[in-house]
Amino acid sequence: MSTIEIAGKTLELDADGNLANLSDWNEDVARELAKGEGIEELTDRHWQVINYMRKVYQENGDAPSIRKLTKESGVDTKELYSLFPKGPAKKSAKIAGLPKPKGCI
Amino acid sequence: MKKLLILGAGTAGTMMLNKLANELDSSEWSITIVDQFETHYYQPGFLFIPFGIYNKKDVIKPKRDFFPTGVEVIVSGIDKIEPKENRVLLQNNQVLTYDYLIIATGTKIRPEETEGMMGELWHKNIFDFYTVEGAIALADFFKRWEGGKLVLNITEMPIKCPVAPLEFVFLADSYFTERGIRDKVDIHFVTPLPGAFTKPKASSILGDFLTKKNIHLTPDFSLARVDNENKKIVSWDETEIPFDVLVTIPTNMGDDVIERSGMGDELNFIPTDKQTLMVEGYDNIFAIGDCTNLPSSKAGSVAHFESDILFENFLDVIEGRKPRAKFDGHANCYIESGFGKGILIDFNYDTEPLPGKFPLPGVGPFSLLEETKMNHYGKVMFRWMYWNLLLKGKELPIESNMSMAGKRL
Repeated sequence: MSTIEIAGKTLELDADGNLANLSDWNEDVARELAKGEGIEELTDRHWQVINYMRKVYQENGDAPSIRKLTKESGVDTKELYSLFPKGPAKKSAKIAGLPKPKGCI
Repeated sequence: MKKLLILGAGTAGTMMLNKLANELDSSEWSITIVDQFETHYYQPGFLFIPFGIYNKKDVIKPKRDFFPTGVEVIVSGIDKIEPKENRVLLQNNQVLTYDYLIIATGTKIRPEETEGMMGELWHKNIFDFYTVEGAIALADFFKRWEGGKLVLNITEMPIKCPVAPLEFVFLADSYFTERGIRDKVDIHFVTPLPGAFTKPKASSILGDFLTKKNIHLTPDFSLARVDNENKKIVSWDETEIPFDVLVTIPTNMGDDVIERSGMGDELNFIPTDKQTLMVEGYDNIFAIGDCTNLPSSKAGSVAHFESDILFENFLDVIEGRKPRAKFDGHANCYIESGFGKGILIDFNYDTEPLPGKFPLPGVGPFSLLEETKMNHYGKVMFRWMYWNLLLKGKELPIESNMSMAGKRL
C-alpha cells in the first residue's frame, strides 16, 4: 500500500491514491492534497463543494457523481470544472479524503 | 392466485419471463409482462448497421415470438409504479396489482441533455448508433462520405455497452480501409475516462490497439456542448475538437417512469442490492439489466448472468427464505476489432479483464485481450444464441459467476 507524507505524518492511500482512512483527514490535509492535484489555494467555493461531498458521503456511504453535485451542491457544472479541472467529482472526492466515487467506473 | 408482474420486455425482462413461466406452477401463479413496444431489437447488431454489415431486418423480430404461452402480455406505456401500494398504473389507464415485481425498464440515450446535440446537424452530421434510426441514418451518410474528420465521443458514464464505442472506431478503421479512403479519414476517439476503457489493464491493452490502428485518443474530455455552426465539440474546460461527422454516445438515463415513481437516482437508475438484485427498501421487488445502479457494465451478457441469480433468489423469496445467490458483476464481451477479428474480455466487480484463454484454460477456443479470428466468430455466433437460446431463458454454456480458470495475472 502506498503512503503520503503530510505535515510530518505518514498517511495510507488506497489503490486509487485516495486516503485509506477517513479519520486521517483534516482541513490542512485537504490543502496539501489539493496541491497534489494542482490546486494551489482552496477558496470558499472549493470548500462548499468539499463540505457537500463529505456530507453526502456520511449520509450515503458513497461520494456523489458529477450530476448530483451539479443538482445539489449549489455550484454549476461549468464552475465545478474551473474549480477542479478535468474531473470535479474525482478530484473533490480525493481532496475531501473520500474514496473515488463508485459512479466513476 | 399469486401475481408476478414484469415491467419491460427487452432482453432482461424476456429472459426472466421465460425462466419463471417455465418454473412457477400455473395453477398458483398468474404472470403479466408490460411493454410499450411490439418489436424486439437485437441491440448488439446496431453497431454493424452503419458499416452495411447488417440492415434493419437483421436486428428486429416481433416480441410475441419470445413470449411463452399462458402469460398475460399488455402493450402499454407505464405511468407510475406505486411500490408501497404494490400497484402499477399504466398509460392505458389499467391498474395492476402484484405480489412480486421485477423491473426491467432499461436505459435510453438522452441527446437532449446536452446543449446543441440535437441541433440542426442532428442525423445530418451528428449521429448516434444506439437507436436503429441513428444507425441507419449513419449508414446512409457513410455510403456517400468522401472522408474528413470522424469524431466519436462518449458524453458521460455510465453508458450501455461500454465497449461498443471502441468497436465502432475499430470497425470504422476496417471499413474505410476496405473502401480505399482510410488515408482521407481521420478517426478520433474522445472519452471522459482517463483512458480507452474503464479498467486499467484492459485500458492499456485496448489503448495500444487504438495506436496500432492509427486512431487518435483524447481522454478526460467531458462534453459540455456541441457547436453546430462551427462543427466542433466543446468540453466543460473549453477544449474544442472539430469534426466533419460526429458519432456521439449521448448521456444514458433510466426510463422516465422510474423518476415519476420516485425510485431512481439522479440518472433514474434504481438503487439495487449489487449481490441479491433486490430493490433497496423493498422485499418483493427485484431489478435486472440496464435499469439498475449496479457498478457493473450495462450489457446483455450482464443481464443474462443476473437472470440466473435473480431466478434463484426469486424462488428463495417466494418460499420465505433469505435470497442466497450472489451476483458478482460478471461481464463477458466480444469486441469486434475489424478485418474479421475480435477481442474478448471477461471480468466482474473485483477482477479486471485479464489476458488468457476462455472458457477452457490453455485451450480456449477464445483468447482474452488478444485479437483473433475465433473471437470474431464468437460474436457472429452470438446472434443465433441470442434469438434461439438466451431470450428463451435456456442454459448457455457459460457460468453465471466469473471463473479465474485460464486467466493470467
